[in-house]
Amino acid sequence: MANLNSSASKYPQSAPEPTQIKEKKSFAPAILITIAITYLSLVLLIPAANVFYEAFHKGLTPLIDAFKREDLWVAIKLTAGLAAIALPLNTIFGLSAAWAIARNKFPGKALLLSIIDLPFSISPVVAGLMIVLLYGRLGWFGSWLEANDIKIIFAFPGMLMATIFVSMPFIAREVIPVLDEMGTEQEEAARTLGANDWQIFWKVVVPNIRWGLLYGLVLTNARAMGEFGAVSVVSGNIAAKTQSLPLFVEESYKNYENEVAYSAAVLLALLAVVTLVLKEILERKTHNPNERE
Amino acid sequence: MVTTTPLPDRKRQSNPVLKFLGKIPWTWVITFVYLAFLLILPIIAMIVKASQEPFEKFWATATSPIALSSYEVTFVTAFAAAAINGIFGTLIAWVIVRYNFWGKRFVEAVVDLPFALPTAVAGLTLATMYSNKGFIGAYFAPFGIKIAFSRIGVFIAMTFISLPFIVRTVQPVLKELEKEIEEAAWSLGASQFQTFIQVILPPLTPSILTGVALGFSRAVGEYGSTVIIASNTPFKDLITPVLIFQRLEQYDYVGATVIGVVMLAISFASLLAINLLQAWSKRYG
Repeated sequence: MANLNSSASKYPQSAPEPTQIKEKKSFAPAILITIAITYLSLVLLIPAANVFYEAFHKGLTPLIDAFKREDLWVAIKLTAGLAAIALPLNTIFGLSAAWAIARNKFPGKALLLSIIDLPFSISPVVAGLMIVLLYGRLGWFGSWLEANDIKIIFAFPGMLMATIFVSMPFIAREVIPVLDEMGTEQEEAARTLGANDWQIFWKVVVPNIRWGLLYGLVLTNARAMGEFGAVSVVSGNIAAKTQSLPLFVEESYKNYENEVAYSAAVLLALLAVVTLVLKEILERKTHNPNERE
Repeated sequence: MVTTTPLPDRKRQSNPVLKFLGKIPWTWVITFVYLAFLLILPIIAMIVKASQEPFEKFWATATSPIALSSYEVTFVTAFAAAAINGIFGTLIAWVIVRYNFWGKRFVEAVVDLPFALPTAVAGLTLATMYSNKGFIGAYFAPFGIKIAFSRIGVFIAMTFISLPFIVRTVQPVLKELEKEIEEAAWSLGASQFQTFIQVILPPLTPSILTGVALGFSRAVGEYGSTVIIASNTPFKDLITPVLIFQRLEQYDYVGATVIGVVMLAISFASLLAINLLQAWSKRYG
């Protein structure tokens, strides 16, 4: 309001009455907020809430029955296993790439960043197809793998590659801006005092990037556990064998076992809720310098 | 302190190539080996596989009627979904940046839901809600409007997954817009509408378009939610990713690869468009 008054005093003849502006301002926000919340509810919130409704509205019995099934437990373990291996590997890659990109100037930096972003824009089905073309029976390494009795497609290693592919960029993407913002002074100071690369990394860099790194980990985990397209292309979708939790959801829905589908879906929806809560907390810590310790 | 810094001052070794390789930091080695094996090699494998096809055959497969109809369904529907979100996503970003209201933090978190909720779950819940017996679909069924297992269902799934891209791209740009300019426009007698069209919208346009492009490219590639909500009938609501999947299931690797390469080309094109749009939007900063 202070700025408005100062502008108004400069141009008194063309300035509308202050009350007029106040009136305009009091109606528009309420309408816009209502539209925004209605749209968000229709498009995102109601569908998400529906998962919990469908899972719980008949009581806990269908849920308990579903969790007695062996194939659901196989799916849960498989999904946890995929994330447990993809997460550390993508962390090592993400940190290396972020460090290399943020701390060096070189020609083609923008190009390298775009390459790292590729998994975001490539369709998961195409990603799965690529892995099949490399390791499938008729693929480049197919005959060699067959001769050595190694199974990648329709087995865990292929699913792992698909998972790594789709969740690859998150950590580098979250850590690079934090490294940029942090600057190099602290690292240079540590180096001057005689610290080696490892000491600088663990004692200077990691404490600074920890929130960004955790944020990247949360996103990587959500994507790794939830990936459907890429994993379904390479897995062969064999029940109780190569069926991750999202594949299990689809399969039971297709078999008209809605209650089973929603029992599995509610686990993934809980994962989403935890992810969003952690995301909110970490986003504030990463991107709001005022709230950083 | 600076003068006493022990600067690395090693003498040149005899073999420059070995020395060069030995000096590459391990971070670079990890980055390149990882990218080469998990990203570049698969892309090359697919392009090589497709290029082994004679061009006429490649063209015939890529432009077969079923493929063309799948592109039409995919791209037109994805564009419609991204465009609708371009309007409402900008509105949501505006509301989040400019107003304070009860439950704002919750609204902020809900925007990211599609990033966190696995697509299979999104497809499942949308298919249930919008089926003829679902609590929303049931209202449309008497009018003969089928939502789930039709193109409208694909549109709804694509709207779900592409919304956060627009909000999250517009939001930071909107935050940096100075309110003073708008207030100056108002005080000069401009109406709210005029202010919006002539003062706020121009610097926001590149980021809205970037968001729409991001949402579009995500919607085009989407598989999980769309395969569940669509009936996947050729010439009706069959989308391109599902067509690739069906080709693979029939062991038609060539057909899958050719259509896959078309999709890959679209991905590259949209990535290029997004980068150009972002460069354009930086000129406003």
